Amino acid sequence: MLRLALLLACLALPVRAEEVVAGLSQSRISITANFDGSEILVFGAVKRQEPIIEEPPLEVVITVSGPSRPVTVRRKSRTALIWVNTEFVEVDAAPSFYAVATSGPIEEVLRHTDDLRHAITVPRAIRAVGAQVEDPTRFTEALIRIRSGQGLYQFNEGTVDVTEQTLFDTSVVLPANLVEGNYDVRIFLTREGHVVSDYSTAIFVQKVGLERFLFVLAHERPLAYGILSLVIAIAAGWGASAAFRYLRT
Amino acid sequence: MPDRPMQVYLPIAEVSVNIFLLLGLGGIVGILSGMFGVGGGFILTPLLFFIGIPPAVAVATQANQIVASSFSGVLAHLKRKTVDLRMGTVLLIGGLVGSAIGVRVFALLRELGQVDLLVQLSYVLFLGTIGLLMFIESLNAIRKAKKSGGRTQRRKHYWVHNLPLKMKFRTSGLYISVIPPLLVGLFVGVLAAIMGVGGGFVMLPAMIYLLGMPTKVVVGTSLFQIIFVTAFTTLLHATTNYTVDMMLALLLLIGGVVGAQVGAQIGLLLKAEQLRILLAIMVLAVCGKIALDLLIEPNELYSLGTEGA
Repeated sequence: MLRLALLLACLALPVRAEEVVAGLSQSRISITANFDGSEILVFGAVKRQEPIIEEPPLEVVITVSGPSRPVTVRRKSRTALIWVNTEFVEVDAAPSFYAVATSGPIEEVLRHTDDLRHAITVPRAIRAVGAQVEDPTRFTEALIRIRSGQGLYQFNEGTVDVTEQTLFDTSVVLPANLVEGNYDVRIFLTREGHVVSDYSTAIFVQKVGLERFLFVLAHERPLAYGILSLVIAIAAGWGASAAFRYLRT
Repeated sequence: MPDRPMQVYLPIAEVSVNIFLLLGLGGIVGILSGMFGVGGGFILTPLLFFIGIPPAVAVATQANQIVASSFSGVLAHLKRKTVDLRMGTVLLIGGLVGSAIGVRVFALLRELGQVDLLVQLSYVLFLGTIGLLMFIESLNAIRKAKKSGGRTQRRKHYWVHNLPLKMKFRTSGLYISVIPPLLVGLFVGVLAAIMGVGGGFVMLPAMIYLLGMPTKVVVGTSLFQIIFVTAFTTLLHATTNYTVDMMLALLLLIGGVVGAQVGAQIGLLLKAEQLRILLAIMVLAVCGKIALDLLIEPNELYSLGTEGA
């Protein structure tokens, strides 16, 4: 009984006592024509009224997640000699980008229950329900494997530097094939694997200039956009023909 | 972060690609287009998938790029008077009706699922059959030409020449019924809409072997009708799926129009049989690649699709 009370006190105290104050090197990313990915520095400090609790040590987990979209994961199998897509799973929502950075090995800095509650690690961030196959986990594993290969899902253990249990920082590499939208940045402080405090902010990723113009035109004035595409094509075709005729004479 | 200065971010495809890669791809396909009179869609589309362009965007955008390279090619052929405008128009009428039917069929198949498989199988079937027939025929023609050393071509009298509604196609030197060209156009239109290509590789052999048109005229005439079919497809994709990426198209077509001019010049240097045999080999190669993909166990059994997002 006493032990439980102590544990509860331990758990309850830091929640109020420690608070995250954080910043980003940029809160707005502009996708221009020559956009080639970006690196975001996430940094912050722990604000507290009381003296630092030395044990258990403070750990930090940081996640960056892009807009979620539904994804269909298909699996091929051999049917009468040829490989055909046979089974598929509709994943209701999978982030287009997801990065997790921690200050240490994940099993030490985050407990499973807390991971579940806050949906922190990559498999937790994917939502798939009502799959009609025998082994739906293999489909979500495949999704993570493919996106990890493209640099869209990142799991970086031990890349958050924590100084004096107060200052922390990490950098997250955003690849070139980013989707527009709000990228949520979440910072969790943990002790003994329990989340004691969290903080969230967002990065706005938006196409600008020519990219924005073309995207908006394509969606709002599709006919004009289509005709413009054709005019460019015809003009280019004619231009090349005229140029070659000129060269030959 | 590695320094890659020649990358460009495509606004609709939402991926970043190397500029020179796109220019090169466009150039190669343009050369083929100018040489053989094919749009090149059956090669470009798989290549675009390969470099990471989402399939829907690749199919729609390559249609736009083919408009450009075909237009460039057709101008080169018009100059040489190797375009049968009358025949092209008849084929086109059939083609537009056919693609309208094809779009319906495609929608129907999509509801039933397995569209990808159907597209791949029809690629293998049509490319394989046409490629093989053309290969054998042109090989024979080359052999015959070597043996006799002279012209052995005579105009055969096909059954198609006995149908009513005859029309004079002066450029092709034909006096035949309009029914066969209309049907050929219709059939190619249906195929083009289902397979997402201009249909040149089906149109060419049909013109040579079914309609009996001379090879030199066939290329320009095929390009002529491809322009309209692909322009129609581009507009359809732009207004219904918003999947035409103008930036991607622009880079591809810069390479494409230059390539088409070069290709038309190369085409002039080769004999008709040689052109046909090269086209046959290329068609067979693409067919073989697709067939292998179907037969060999893929490294990654899973694939992601984001359509409907």
